[in-house]
Amino acid sequence: MRLDLLLRTAAKILIPFILVFAMYVQFHGDYGPGGGFQAGVMVAAMVILYAIIFGLEAAQRVVPVRLAQLMVPIGVGIYAGVGTISLFFQANYLNYSVLAHDGPHGQHLGILLVEIGVLVTVASTMIAIFYAFLGRGRK
Amino acid sequence: MNMVLLTLLAIVTIGIVRQRNLFAVIMLAGAYSFLMASVLVVLDAVDVAMTEAAVGAGLSTVLLLGALTLIGSHEMLLPTRHVVPLFVAGVTGAALIYATMDLPPFGIPTTPVHSHINPYYLQNTVPETTVPNAVTSVLASYRGFDTLGETTVIFTAGIAVLMLLRGRRSLKRGPKRRRVQR
Repeated sequence: MRLDLLLRTAAKILIPFILVFAMYVQFHGDYGPGGGFQAGVMVAAMVILYAIIFGLEAAQRVVPVRLAQLMVPIGVGIYAGVGTISLFFQANYLNYSVLAHDGPHGQHLGILLVEIGVLVTVASTMIAIFYAFLGRGRK
Repeated sequence: MNMVLLTLLAIVTIGIVRQRNLFAVIMLAGAYSFLMASVLVVLDAVDVAMTEAAVGAGLSTVLLLGALTLIGSHEMLLPTRHVVPLFVAGVTGAALIYATMDLPPFGIPTTPVHSHINPYYLQNTVPETTVPNAVTSVLASYRGFDTLGETTVIFTAGIAVLMLLRGRRSLKRGPKRRRVQR
């Protein structure tokens, strides 16, 4: 029996729940505390926990380094893209009211989309920085 | 409750400053973030408390431990005592505490800060955006451009750290480039 059996079993049970809770915090940010920043940090914490318990190579098979580094500007691009789409509907930049059939639903859709953009940027930044730290430590 | 938490915060801060072993400092910084999140919950700012707990007590600790693998785990002892910075910090702290005596009581809704645009946000968040959480609607819709700036700041900080941590690789390629130019 390996010495870290307890850690590995507990991590295997916890990691899916962390992902589900992160998605809950992200999409329930409209009705309770939460939103993009908190959910992004939780997704990054899940990947980092996986990397700590199961090794850096296993984690980099799940989330490659290039993918994490690529997603950092894509999140900002999603946010800015939602604002630019508003320009195509003859409204101000980042005016979400024109994204759906009436104003309040357009605002709701716009808020959901920009929170997804924030989640992607925050999570991928944290994961990329963690990979850079650990990748540099081993020579 | 506030006084207990703030006293614990002060004790943890003194521990962080006086401690020489960096591993213990990182653990104390995690405890500091946890206490700060508790203070924010007591002050009814749960969104901020969740962010503080996730980033400070969770992710910062891991990244600082990762940095600790690159440097030693013991801070070197500075030989001189610093009296002038201590005096300046003490005077600034005393001036700030004296200024907080003039603030209105915490949480009443009739302060000038809460009287201009806040009632508009609180009343119109559901009719205009169908989102009951005023924090999210202000953050993402009413002040959405500021949040775009925040996301850009996270992006910039991330690529700056990545460029710093990858610098050694470009130094290794230096001699090869010179050979090609010849």
